[in-house]
Amino acid sequence: MSAAAADALAGVPDLTKLITRRERIRLPIWCYAILASVGGTAYSFKTLYSTPGSREQFADGIGRDPALAVLYGKPFDLTTIGGLTTWRMGVFGAVLLAIMSIVTVNRHTRAEEEAGRFELVGAGAVGRHAPLIAVLRVVLGTQLALGVIVGLVLIVLGQPAAGSFLLGLSIAAGGWFFAAVAAITVQLTDFGRSAAGLAFTVLGAAYLVRALGDGSGANGPTWLSPLGWAEQTQPYAGDRWWVLALLVLATAALIAVAFRIAARRDLGSGVFPARPGPAGGARLLRSVSALSWRMQRGGLFGWAVGMLIGGAVLGSIADSIGELLGSSARVQQLFERMGGQSGIENAYLAAAMNILGLIVACYAIQTTARLRTEETGGRLEPLLATATGRVRWAASHLAYPLLGSALLLVLAGAGAGLTHGARSGDLGTQLAQLVGAGLIQVTAVWVVVGLTVAAFGIAPRATAYVGWIAVGICILLQELGPTLKLSHWITDISPFAQVPRAPGVAVAAEPLLVMTAIGVALLVLGLAGFRRRDVG
Amino acid sequence: MQNIIEVERLRKSFGRTVALDGLDLAVRSGEVHGFLGPNGAGKSTALRVLLGLLRADGGRATLLGGDPWRDAVALHRRLAYVPGDVTLWPSLSGGETIDLLGRLRGGLAPGRRDELLERFELDPKKKGRAYSKGNRQKVALIAAFASDTELLLLDEPTSGLDPLMEEVFRECVAEERDRGRSVLLSSHILAEVEALCDRVTIIRRGKTAESGTLAELRHLTRTSVEAELAAAPASGSLEGALAALPGLTGLDVRNLHVRCEVDTDHLGTLISTLSSCGIKTLSSRPPTLEELFLRHYEDDAASVPAGAAR
Repeated sequence: MSAAAADALAGVPDLTKLITRRERIRLPIWCYAILASVGGTAYSFKTLYSTPGSREQFADGIGRDPALAVLYGKPFDLTTIGGLTTWRMGVFGAVLLAIMSIVTVNRHTRAEEEAGRFELVGAGAVGRHAPLIAVLRVVLGTQLALGVIVGLVLIVLGQPAAGSFLLGLSIAAGGWFFAAVAAITVQLTDFGRSAAGLAFTVLGAAYLVRALGDGSGANGPTWLSPLGWAEQTQPYAGDRWWVLALLVLATAALIAVAFRIAARRDLGSGVFPARPGPAGGARLLRSVSALSWRMQRGGLFGWAVGMLIGGAVLGSIADSIGELLGSSARVQQLFERMGGQSGIENAYLAAAMNILGLIVACYAIQTTARLRTEETGGRLEPLLATATGRVRWAASHLAYPLLGSALLLVLAGAGAGLTHGARSGDLGTQLAQLVGAGLIQVTAVWVVVGLTVAAFGIAPRATAYVGWIAVGICILLQELGPTLKLSHWITDISPFAQVPRAPGVAVAAEPLLVMTAIGVALLVLGLAGFRRRDVG
Repeated sequence: MQNIIEVERLRKSFGRTVALDGLDLAVRSGEVHGFLGPNGAGKSTALRVLLGLLRADGGRATLLGGDPWRDAVALHRRLAYVPGDVTLWPSLSGGETIDLLGRLRGGLAPGRRDELLERFELDPKKKGRAYSKGNRQKVALIAAFASDTELLLLDEPTSGLDPLMEEVFRECVAEERDRGRSVLLSSHILAEVEALCDRVTIIRRGKTAESGTLAELRHLTRTSVEAELAAAPASGSLEGALAALPGLTGLDVRNLHVRCEVDTDHLGTLISTLSSCGIKTLSSRPPTLEELFLRHYEDDAASVPAGAAR
């Protein structure tokens, strides 16, 4: 190795150890959650649908539900346990690993620079790109190991080795690709939050493009999305290893781009330079609410655009959804049972709204957890030393998870209503129905926000953990509950399971009122705790 | 004169760590009060209890006649606070932060704000994350000095400031005192406290070690004395005669050259003994604040077993 190359790598082993140490709790949680979902899914399929006959029945039933193909991925072979697991967990697992990648890469690169900690590290005998190399090592390595273990678990469950490893590695490669995306976005802005936002935008776009492809039956869009590639490896149904190779090559290319950009910028700044601000506060900047607006408006705006587009894309597929069903006699029966074309459309739209509700819950937790990051960041103390009460400050931030979430859901519903209404020629009705169907999800969002605020008031250190674990459990139950035939006692824990499945059903007020009451009670509990506890 | 801050037997623990262990503190209206102590002595904890950010475990604290926990918001309209480690909102410019903090306290004097920007040589257009430590400190200082408040709580406010800016800071504090405002200045920079403060409280491991005016504190301690004498005493040795005196330490006699430290109460006895031998030269020096402080600090270090210190 040349001296220059050795210098560039200086410090990588130590930084790798540091990152491993700091992630010793989070990474295992991620891995365990993913391993348990894939393994648990395969195991449940194995016990629930043990005979080929029962699997065929399943394939003709739930497996043919076009809504699931749009939202979770296209099925290739539903007659084997491996094929069923691939359909259920392939895209979903890749999305989970992508989130893990974005969060982890951002935390150890841009966020470290922003906090000023990297200066301390960079002043040591450490190569300029050592932090990026180290975090990529940790993330890619962990995901590779996870992919292999997932493969082994599937083999233990009696599945063919090639398909098992391919599924495990396809999921891992989804994570790799987005680790590379995050490696680029952290170079672009000098602000961790926007860098992560940019990467999540790419992930959201990849998901929607794939949904569009899988929902419309045209293959084109699917191939434009890295998540589509992860799906198109088709484990247990042709085992297309070359698609996996494509993902790996793309990852390598993106990482190379990231290092090229990194070499051209200064430590602490991004490619997009920071602009100077005004010399004085505008007249409106005179309250903590105005301050929170300054901090939250960018995120809210980005999410608003994303939800509008997301709703529009998912809505545009609705009227062609029945066509995906095919035309066997059994399917026709199913078709009738689901209430004909409009019944299927409504079932699909209700499922889509539920998913959008879960996605907005992520926005809600992110903005709620801001309470704690402001506190630990030392920015709360100077505010509370002014004539600002604690509850007033908290309320100025909570407006975003509570009301901002409602706005996002209205926008998502409006997006779906506009495209679906335009295509079905019934704009007014669809718009009203879908805005309503979106908005009622907010009651479930309020429950998880309430839980997070309660943690903030009573056990502040656990704030973010409580919030994200609550949302994670809701997502897992929602994703896996129906196919795994989990008992209602379990799936009903999720507030999102309590939201009426609109459109297409009469919306009962009772569950909405109960969830609102629970959310408010938790909120009050949390704020009461926050008023009584030490700050800082 | 009435006390603007009154703290009695204040206690606060974090888990098993005792931060305040019966602190007493009294700040009179219109004075600049120095709050001295080594790192980790509990200065910041005390200030944060006074700001109602922390809830005391025991004892009593009164601030501007109110309860710092219960009446936090009302009291905060009348005070300004500068933390020792200022973090700013990354997306707000310095000028915006100054205006915001001032408005949240109930208003800034605009002329004063601009004057202070000039005196502290701060560029208000930079974004929060672009400022160096010293400049972040200036943002918080300007916001505090430009606010029209009765009380300033300053927690090691000059950390990161260069000497020129430290001088500007001292001028500003002096001006605040001239306007009749009270200042509680937590610091471990002794020269700063010595130059600015009317009275001082020294805190050690969460307890008040000593409190009073600088003169009072000096009175409680020893004065260094150095003298050259004309002759030895008529009977016995010089050393023997001096060693017999009360309150004398560090005695060093070489021929007729004497060096020692004496408790301020016993200075008179020493001088009369010395003068009976004929004084050729004499210098006596009151203890510096540094010596006062070091004395407490050394006691502290000596009595804490190694490993217990944080």
